[in-house]
Amino acid sequence: MASRPAGLTRRQVYERSLKRRSLIIAGGSTLAVVLAVVILVPLSPGWEKVKLSFFNGEVFVKTFPKLLNAFVLDLAIFAWSVPLIAALGLAIALARDVRNPVLYPLRLFGAVYTDLFRGVPVVLVVYLVGFGIPGLGLPRPWNSPYIWGTVALVLTYSAYVAEIFRSGIESVHNSQRNAALSLGLAGKDVMRFVVLPQAIRRVIPAQMNMLIALQKDVALLSFIGPVEIFRQAGVFKSLLANFTPYVVAAAIFLVVTVPATRLADYLIAKQNRSRS
Amino acid sequence: MKLRLENVQKSFGQTKVLDGISLEVAQGEMLCLIGASGSGKSTLLRCINLLEPLDDGAIWLDGIDIAEPSLDPQPIRQRIGIVFQSFNLFPHMTAEENVMLAPRRIHRKTRDQLRQPIAELFDRFGLRDHMNRYPDQLSGGQQQRVAIVRALAMKPDIMLFDEITSALDPELVGEVLEVLKSLKTEGMTMIMATHEMDFAREVADNICFLDQGRILEQGPPQQIFAAPKQMRTRDFLGRVLGAHKG
Repeated sequence: MASRPAGLTRRQVYERSLKRRSLIIAGGSTLAVVLAVVILVPLSPGWEKVKLSFFNGEVFVKTFPKLLNAFVLDLAIFAWSVPLIAALGLAIALARDVRNPVLYPLRLFGAVYTDLFRGVPVVLVVYLVGFGIPGLGLPRPWNSPYIWGTVALVLTYSAYVAEIFRSGIESVHNSQRNAALSLGLAGKDVMRFVVLPQAIRRVIPAQMNMLIALQKDVALLSFIGPVEIFRQAGVFKSLLANFTPYVVAAAIFLVVTVPATRLADYLIAKQNRSRS
Repeated sequence: MKLRLENVQKSFGQTKVLDGISLEVAQGEMLCLIGASGSGKSTLLRCINLLEPLDDGAIWLDGIDIAEPSLDPQPIRQRIGIVFQSFNLFPHMTAEENVMLAPRRIHRKTRDQLRQPIAELFDRFGLRDHMNRYPDQLSGGQQQRVAIVRALAMKPDIMLFDEITSALDPELVGEVLEVLKSLKTEGMTMIMATHEMDFAREVADNICFLDQGRILEQGPPQQIFAAPKQMRTRDFLGRVLGAHKG
């Protein structure tokens, strides 16, 4: 018998050596790529110029506080949009499941709504709603781009969110509905107490991804007025004739969206584990 | 309580699943439906509970034809409990919440009003310690007993059991069948689709043998098991009992 560390099975010894090998290879190849980038990129002819206009430390330090401040507005728009999107999205999803013939118009509306707003680019909805509706000559404060910008985001996102809710509702097995019906529960109670709670739990990871997308799309409101981070970065760009503020803005977005993305992935992985 | 089925017909597309079923169940009677898979046992139970609409025929419950398509099925389903092969507990609720939901919503009772009577029900079926567990923390036998308690909490006039032991590990079948025996002594009216022939022979008052959507033979268990008249009944029993005895 070959000698091996005490307390380890044959299998564990083998797996250890495999793991060590793959760590060395992964480390080596990563190092090679990083070195190539660090050495090759600065060798390119335009590097000095790019570095000055995109990665200017002085501009970074100067613009960072104000950009961070402007980002608070993005967060605020995001924060008040989310509950509205969740409520409208759920309402649309439920409208599409209505079976009562009297309520058929509601069902039709739900279908048309989701097709319409999923089919038009967000930026177009922002322009049309954000410029169009205040153009009706509404008095203050009803001509505010904050209101109509939010409305545009809510309209678009609730269409996507509604479809995700609906896929969740459809994923609940029919035997659950039957079990609830067989107890004599009314259709609306079956939905509210049995189907929806299970459906919502299942679609949380997918809805997290929608939140991340929304967080980024808040920047589109800059086109209709609000001085949020993207617009503020644009102001600095013109002022300082330098692109670094955009890089700063991107970095600030990443600080929020990367953890959120990780969390969503973690939730998805957790859900897959519990189902298998 | 009296249940009478009259020429019940049901098709799925071109396939005739129930082809003129007529039978009667008296108060306190236990009727067992036996027959091969696909003979229509489950569909028959789901029709009685109105989960599947009939194509034709009538189901009389205390003088009312509950198969009338224009009737609201809700109040009727409250009188007819059903337990399924796959338990179908609500996975996001504890055992207690599973049982409480229907009485809360339908009888408009509060949790506080329900806590005591439901605890007694759990007690009776040896489930006291499991009231606050979620379905995935319970064994199959425990889940199925909770499902029975859930149906009983609505105080139904009749209980339907759709092969409720078929999805259980063999060592868990006994505890579920014990529950049925105790319901029987209390005088519950029951219809049970089952493959548990020993249990049917011992406990049932009457047996119906279903074959291709028809009742081929019915009668008390002594007669069906000891002296089946029909060739097909004899074949079926020979197969399942033979396999059972190994």
